[in-house]
Amino acid sequence: MHRSSRFVYLPEKNVSQPALLALEDGSLFWGVAIGAAGETTGEVVFNTSITGYQEILTDPSYSKQIVTLTQPHIGNVGVNSEDEESGGVAASGLVIRDLPLTHSNWRAEEPLATYLERHNVIGIADIDTRRLTRILRDKGAQNGCIVTGERIDEAAAIEAAKGFPGLKGMDLAKEVSTNQTYPWEQGVGRWSTSPIKHAADGHRFNVVAYDFGVKRNILRILVERGCNVTVVPAQTTASEVLAMEPDGVFLSNGPGDPAPCDYAIDAIRAILEGTEIPMFGICLGHQLLALACGAETEKMKFGHHGANHPVQELASGAVMITSQNHGFAVAEASLPATLRATHRSLFDQSLQGIHHTEKPAFGFQGHPEASPGPQDAAFLFDHFIDLMQQRCSA
Amino acid sequence: MPKRTDINSVLVIGAGPIIIGQACEFDYSGAQACKALREEGYRVVLVNSNPATIMTDPEMADATYIEPVCWQTVAKIIEKERPDALLPTMGGQTALNCALDLAREGVLEKFGVQMIGASNDAIDMAEDRDRFRKAMDEIGLESPRSSIAHSMEEAFQVQKKVGFPTVIRPSFTLGGSGGGIAYNREEFVEICERGLDLSPTNELLIEESLVGWKEYEMEVVRDRNDNCIIICSIENFDPMGVHTGDSITIAPALTLTDKEYQVLRNASLAVLRKVGVETGGSNVQFGLNPKDGRLIIIEMNPRVSRSSALASKATGFPIARVAAKLAIGYTLDELSNEITGGTTPASFEPTIDYIVTKVPRFTFEKFPKADSRLTTQMKSVGEVMAIGRTFQESLQKALRGLETGMDGLNEMINLESEEAFEIIQQELRSPGPDRIWYIADAFRYGLSVEEVFELCMVDPWFLVQVQNLVELEKGIKGRELDSFTRDELYALKRKGFSDRRMATLLGAHEEQLRALRHKLDIHPVYKRVDSCAAEFASTTAYLYSTYEEECEAAPSTRDKIMVLGGGPNRIGQGIEFDYCCVQAAFAMRADGYETIMVNCNPETVSTDYDTSDRLYFEPLTLEDVLEIIAVEKPKGVIVHYGGQTPLKLARALEAAGTPIIGTSPDAIDLAEDRERFQQLIQELNLKQPPNATARTQEQALELAQAIGFPLVVRPSYVLGGRAMEIVHHEDDLKRYMTEAVRVSNDSPVLLDHFLSDAIELDVDAVCDGSEVVIGGIMEHIEQAGIHSGDSACSLPTYSLDPAIVERVREQTKQLALGLKVKGLMNVQFAVKGNDIYVIEVNPRASRTVPFVSKACGISLAQVGARCMAGTSLAEQGVSREIVPDYYAVKEAVFPFAKFPGVDTLLGPEMKSTGEVMGVGRTFAEAFAKAQLGAGVILPRGGRVFISVRDGDKPRAIEVARMLREMGFEIVATRGTKETLKQAGIACEAVNKVAEGRPHIVDMIKNGEVNFIINTTSGKRAVSDSSQIRRAALQHKLTYTTTIAGAHVTAMALQQIDQDSVNNLQDLHKELNG
Repeated sequence: MHRSSRFVYLPEKNVSQPALLALEDGSLFWGVAIGAAGETTGEVVFNTSITGYQEILTDPSYSKQIVTLTQPHIGNVGVNSEDEESGGVAASGLVIRDLPLTHSNWRAEEPLATYLERHNVIGIADIDTRRLTRILRDKGAQNGCIVTGERIDEAAAIEAAKGFPGLKGMDLAKEVSTNQTYPWEQGVGRWSTSPIKHAADGHRFNVVAYDFGVKRNILRILVERGCNVTVVPAQTTASEVLAMEPDGVFLSNGPGDPAPCDYAIDAIRAILEGTEIPMFGICLGHQLLALACGAETEKMKFGHHGANHPVQELASGAVMITSQNHGFAVAEASLPATLRATHRSLFDQSLQGIHHTEKPAFGFQGHPEASPGPQDAAFLFDHFIDLMQQRCSA
Repeated sequence: MPKRTDINSVLVIGAGPIIIGQACEFDYSGAQACKALREEGYRVVLVNSNPATIMTDPEMADATYIEPVCWQTVAKIIEKERPDALLPTMGGQTALNCALDLAREGVLEKFGVQMIGASNDAIDMAEDRDRFRKAMDEIGLESPRSSIAHSMEEAFQVQKKVGFPTVIRPSFTLGGSGGGIAYNREEFVEICERGLDLSPTNELLIEESLVGWKEYEMEVVRDRNDNCIIICSIENFDPMGVHTGDSITIAPALTLTDKEYQVLRNASLAVLRKVGVETGGSNVQFGLNPKDGRLIIIEMNPRVSRSSALASKATGFPIARVAAKLAIGYTLDELSNEITGGTTPASFEPTIDYIVTKVPRFTFEKFPKADSRLTTQMKSVGEVMAIGRTFQESLQKALRGLETGMDGLNEMINLESEEAFEIIQQELRSPGPDRIWYIADAFRYGLSVEEVFELCMVDPWFLVQVQNLVELEKGIKGRELDSFTRDELYALKRKGFSDRRMATLLGAHEEQLRALRHKLDIHPVYKRVDSCAAEFASTTAYLYSTYEEECEAAPSTRDKIMVLGGGPNRIGQGIEFDYCCVQAAFAMRADGYETIMVNCNPETVSTDYDTSDRLYFEPLTLEDVLEIIAVEKPKGVIVHYGGQTPLKLARALEAAGTPIIGTSPDAIDLAEDRERFQQLIQELNLKQPPNATARTQEQALELAQAIGFPLVVRPSYVLGGRAMEIVHHEDDLKRYMTEAVRVSNDSPVLLDHFLSDAIELDVDAVCDGSEVVIGGIMEHIEQAGIHSGDSACSLPTYSLDPAIVERVREQTKQLALGLKVKGLMNVQFAVKGNDIYVIEVNPRASRTVPFVSKACGISLAQVGARCMAGTSLAEQGVSREIVPDYYAVKEAVFPFAKFPGVDTLLGPEMKSTGEVMGVGRTFAEAFAKAQLGAGVILPRGGRVFISVRDGDKPRAIEVARMLREMGFEIVATRGTKETLKQAGIACEAVNKVAEGRPHIVDMIKNGEVNFIINTTSGKRAVSDSSQIRRAALQHKLTYTTTIAGAHVTAMALQQIDQDSVNNLQDLHKELNG
């Protein structure tokens, strides 16, 4: 990757092609193409985070989603190799108001536009993203289609949008997961901001991390907190995991509907029932943990996607501002006696955290690893460390 | 945790008069706090010396003290009211300092008053540079290399460590006043000496310069459960080195990655926790090295600030209101986010889907001798904020909202001229008030982004945006108006270009461009500010224009009254007009109308989204206002309350079919037009000083002979006495006509015979078209020739014969009916002997309306607004003038301490930034309080220096005699001494500066003088004596530059110890009793 000049100047519209975003409800948005040319479909969602477009694009949880960012200028700080949450762009498309003429940041390595092209991501700019957001808010997440080029057929685009099957019932975790087991060694490095909790005697915990679409910052934080992290594919069985003699099992975030992921649900249930190994689930991992305990999940209207969501810890009443990215949620009413609600969203009172009443297992719906977003919930990782510590000491 | 029940009453301290660094943002925050506390059932006691505020409206608190904000006075109020708690965080540095004083003096302890919102220790840690630095070290935040100095020797030692350029910041001063950047030893000495003097603790922070670094601010709110939220991040366009109040700033921060932003966020929260801000809002400022991301903490303010007002307006999150609720025990999750109709809690971080740009407004034209280079000491007097969907749109909206004659990125210099490059380099390198426009010129000149960056260090992200606008302008120039396609024009409007700017570039008129735009069906849409980027539906109509697809205005079909606000604060047009606009909105809402406010000043109460039913945060230009009117279709538009800003639009709005209610634009014009007005005066058999209007220099000289010198000269259509002068000779007039003004057929110059030693009166009245009620008659203390905004005044009159006052009353009524006034009217009279002259009439809200309203217990602005809407005075039950038994004195407050080198002499050009009010049983008591409120400590004894011009000598005798009787020693310059000696008053002679040493300035510097009376006229005498005034200012000596001022000061000194504290509610009861 080349380090670009501080003063990149992208002449406006010289090379730009028209583009169209069509929604299944028939709404049309004409704009200009950014990134790769062609056609893409997916579930259109909006994210209200002001910062972190690179992290959002590379978050595997956005698989099969076209993401619109409500912050109007996207691309201000370019992209860099440090801020990637996975090996590539996961989102199916990007919708923004304005791609700035240049980027400016001391860590920038490449403009967003060429990055999108390089990763073959189709995007559209110059549209009224607020109008789009209001449609998604009122009607719920919509399936959509972005088409670029000089000759665009509006009706065909709407049909394409309608043709997208939707995420309900869609098992994407196994698709985005790694297909082989690998160790993760990189830590948070210079971005470490919170005091780090290590095991008292310098012991390193062996953590097996299920990759359902894992964000790298989760792995970095685990390493930072003294874990030897082994990442395993989504369909790894319980016995395969237990054979690795883990001190803890981590269930990652990921895209799609958790309900059809029976392989994961079975594995989690087996580990939970057969062992006392601490388990921590984030986002999809949290939903899978709930399903394994007998709770139910449901599709939300337009989900939670942003970096400003207040979540209350029920025991203390404390509020933390969290990063959120989910379109499915655990129905609190469905919680079995073995699961205790620990956190709730103050935006809509939806369930945000659970803890097993008998086993050292817990889940969190938001993203304590942040990236992007506030790091208020990072201490949840400490709880995971504590649980492993307790089990070791016992 | 719910609200506290162990406290019942809360004392709120306001910020006092408007000064540079402390403007109406503290009326906004204070008013919000009072409202928030009262709706929780607390008894609110308020002290603020500034009558022009909404917060001092008697309805805003249970007991309102318009009294000096100093600990001695506040102690008396505490003794009388016995509040349980004191909230010191809503009134800026003034309130914090006062609270610290009260704590230090043991007042709080003695009366069992608890400080809420901020602790003594937290305030001290944030303010004490040394403690703050140590605290930051402890949480791992780097501060600039620096040290504290208490003397020049210490200062030199520190300077050696940190090198040049060196930043000098005096501790505990307002708006960083007295600070600066020194590039050499000479500047270093000058700034340090001034800073040591200005700092109440004689303390300087001398630090490494971070000039050129990026600057960010974070607005943080914390509750007692340690829940912390960031309301808004702000990025400064101008890099470090320019005070953030003088910088163009942008929200949200645009050039940080998420990782970097979270570092700032975590650091901000850590700072609040460390400093110990347990509840409330704070502002944390950072510097960031753009080369490697090295982060430095600059400072934090443990209170609401100018930036928090901006952040509130930028996000729709009312920081002051929430901070007040947190102070009384609530936690963030217990409060709701009201802009979304309360469906979401206040414990979240607002997110925005637009770009906010704030641009400061300067008034260096008022202070030609002031250094206009921007430094770490704030110099701007106001600001404009604009909202757009992109930075370019938001910047261009802000620039035209400034009302400095700019429609966008207008050209500053002739690029063909030889000095062009030199000027550009100079203006970019050493920023003045107009740097943004010079940056545009630099691109026009052909400089590259790299070259411009090297000169100004403004982030290239912003520079490229400006460069792009300049290039688009090039593309517009030379085209035919009709050649634009809809797509082209729409694309330009999306970039924020105003019709006017494009018309200028095309050599066309604004109306032509508007016609084309309308023909092509291009109109702005209105989007909502909702704190959540549309994630939740908003019930609040807080709107801004942009060019997009969907309009969210959703206007109702109710009867609506629209109020046009006053735009950015400036000298001559400030908070008083915002006060009037807010009153109009209150009255119209109470009468069942839907109210719509249009304004672009983020500091104000008028731009609070719940002041009116609907708020359009928009520039007050014809284009922007007409588009709103097209969407809202109001029943009536009020243009008379926002000062000159909306008034200037009246004619054009009327021509475009706008239903302007109240006094007609034609009557406004009649009052402004000398010739038409003269006719009216003659018809009414009233008197005017001889006057004329000149359209050429020759004509002026000719007319001057006929009128007779001395003359008051000024350009027509100005507010605040811009470029107004008194000329005594023909030579002066010639100089004025060639140097001071550009006279032309369109902008004539007005000549008035100057009435020496006349007494001026200000009269506010209200008329419904057939009845007139006098609101108040104010007698100026300074004689005619001092701008009315700079003169102290007394209500009721304190020296005039009642028969004269009665005639003034009659003449005011005649004028109101003659002008067919429907609404407010202000008349200025001059009384000389038995003659009454009409100086000017303004059929609109005046600067004195809030003062009169507070003094007389009637909201004149509300009464006026109702007259405009068609409710007669009789129907309102307003039938008689209220003349209080007590005295209310208004005194002006000046920014001279911020502008070293500027002469403090008062004249016909307005220079004050704010005002205070003092109330007393006698005139003298009221005057003494007004002085105290204005920060003038009247000398109790010692030595007075008197030097007066010949015309003042008779009155000087009386003043000197009064002072002698009180035990003052008198020193005087030779001429004055002779006069006093002959009158039998003992005094010593002292040399003038030109007469050899030791002279008067030596005496001042040696602390041998306590009070200075120095009146002067004539160019030579003025410049000879300017050193005296400068020395007086520097040594914080009480001085007066008018004999009338000297006289009342002497009167006040006789009664200085008889003051009591009175609340408005009790005073107003007397009026109605």
